[in-house]
Amino acid sequence: MKRKTAVLVIIIICFLFQSSIFSHMEFAAVGPNLLLIVAASFGFMRGKKEGMMVGFTAGIFFDVFWGGVLGFNMLLFTLIGYFNGSFQRLFYDEDIKLPLVLIGVSELIYGLITCFCLYVLRGDFAFMAHLADIILPELVYTILATLVLYQIILHVNKKLEEEEQRSASKFV
Amino acid sequence: MKIKNQTSLSSKYWLIILVLICLLLLGIERFTDSGGPLRLVGNYTIIPMQRGISYVGRWLSDISDNFETLEDVRKEKDALQAKVDELTIDNTRLRQEQYELDRLRELFKLDSHYSDYEKIGAHVIASNGSNWFSDFTIDKGSNDGIKVNCNVLAGSGLVGIVTEVGPDYARVRSIIDDASNVSAMVLPTADTCMVRGDLKLIADGRLRFEKLANNENDIQVGEQIVTSHVSDRFVQGIFIGYISEIEVDSNNLTRSGYITPAVDFSKLQEVLVITSTKDEMTKGTEEE
Repeated sequence: MKRKTAVLVIIIICFLFQSSIFSHMEFAAVGPNLLLIVAASFGFMRGKKEGMMVGFTAGIFFDVFWGGVLGFNMLLFTLIGYFNGSFQRLFYDEDIKLPLVLIGVSELIYGLITCFCLYVLRGDFAFMAHLADIILPELVYTILATLVLYQIILHVNKKLEEEEQRSASKFV
Repeated sequence: MKIKNQTSLSSKYWLIILVLICLLLLGIERFTDSGGPLRLVGNYTIIPMQRGISYVGRWLSDISDNFETLEDVRKEKDALQAKVDELTIDNTRLRQEQYELDRLRELFKLDSHYSDYEKIGAHVIASNGSNWFSDFTIDKGSNDGIKVNCNVLAGSGLVGIVTEVGPDYARVRSIIDDASNVSAMVLPTADTCMVRGDLKLIADGRLRFEKLANNENDIQVGEQIVTSHVSDRFVQGIFIGYISEIEVDSNNLTRSGYITPAVDFSKLQEVLVITSTKDEMTKGTEEE
């Protein structure tokens, strides 16, 4: 229960930051994708199931407030959470390379799919321009944001895991 | 020790369930208005939070403005004074013309309801978090008389159009968004054209215009573009921007080019919403 509340609070804070504060800190009209960082990091920290659930919840926020169609980003974020979850076995707390690579790849795939589904299918074939103007800058910015946000999420997750272990050992 | 719950579904089944839910929602979307109840819940939970954050942001930027030096403020004051003088002269001249216009309109029994629209002010409280769209949320909604298709201005220029309304919020799609098309006209010659938002141009804050007839009217860089009389969503005569580039298309029939908008879309804080839509205005005249 405590974990669920904590995760929901993290998602809401990231959502609010992404839409209000980071829109003032944009470089070249592009901001970082904080919700994707949250979904991906809970995926590889906690496994497929939790990554999927976090992605699904983050996707609801994304679609209801920013998206055009309900369900599109929910689907993408769910899959991102799931596939990051399959890398849980390779994950160690101290290592920041794996999270950076995983979040980078997720962000790239997310950008490509969004570009394809929302622009190319509509007949807008300026793919290279979108790649250079939106996908790659967003990728760089998201990776920079990961360096800070990931540490916070990791810390919160550690605290939660410690607490869960303590309360679990109480019942032994 | 805690026994692992054997009956819980494996993650693969959960994935399938969630994906099916998403696909179902995507399918439902085709037939109904999107996310109605969820958006209503959002109106009472998330919107107040966004309002709070943007209030703090405004307060902080006000504080940082307090630290401007006296010299800067003086310089700005001189510039503004010059502007005021210039505008006062303009204003007297325009008033005389307005008087004449009213008199002539009366002679011709023309309705003048287009000249001033009723507006209300609103704060921008959040922008779109994804980089693929440029729309934003304002802190007034249907409780304040805002409806879908209301036009939104900032300063003197057109910003966008309301696409979604909740009780206390409204979402505005700005005219630089890739999906935005505005029917516009060149002010001196009244030739119509389409002003299209373009994802590639969002970063430079420019707009593209197309389908301007290549006729004998000579149109120069620097001419004003306003919303046209043929648009069914945008009320007539709202300033969009100045032509910054113009060239004849390869088909030799139309001209296209770029517009520098009157509004700086990267620094939107307060906007004005025209509370009556074009639809209502035109219906109103038909009934009379």
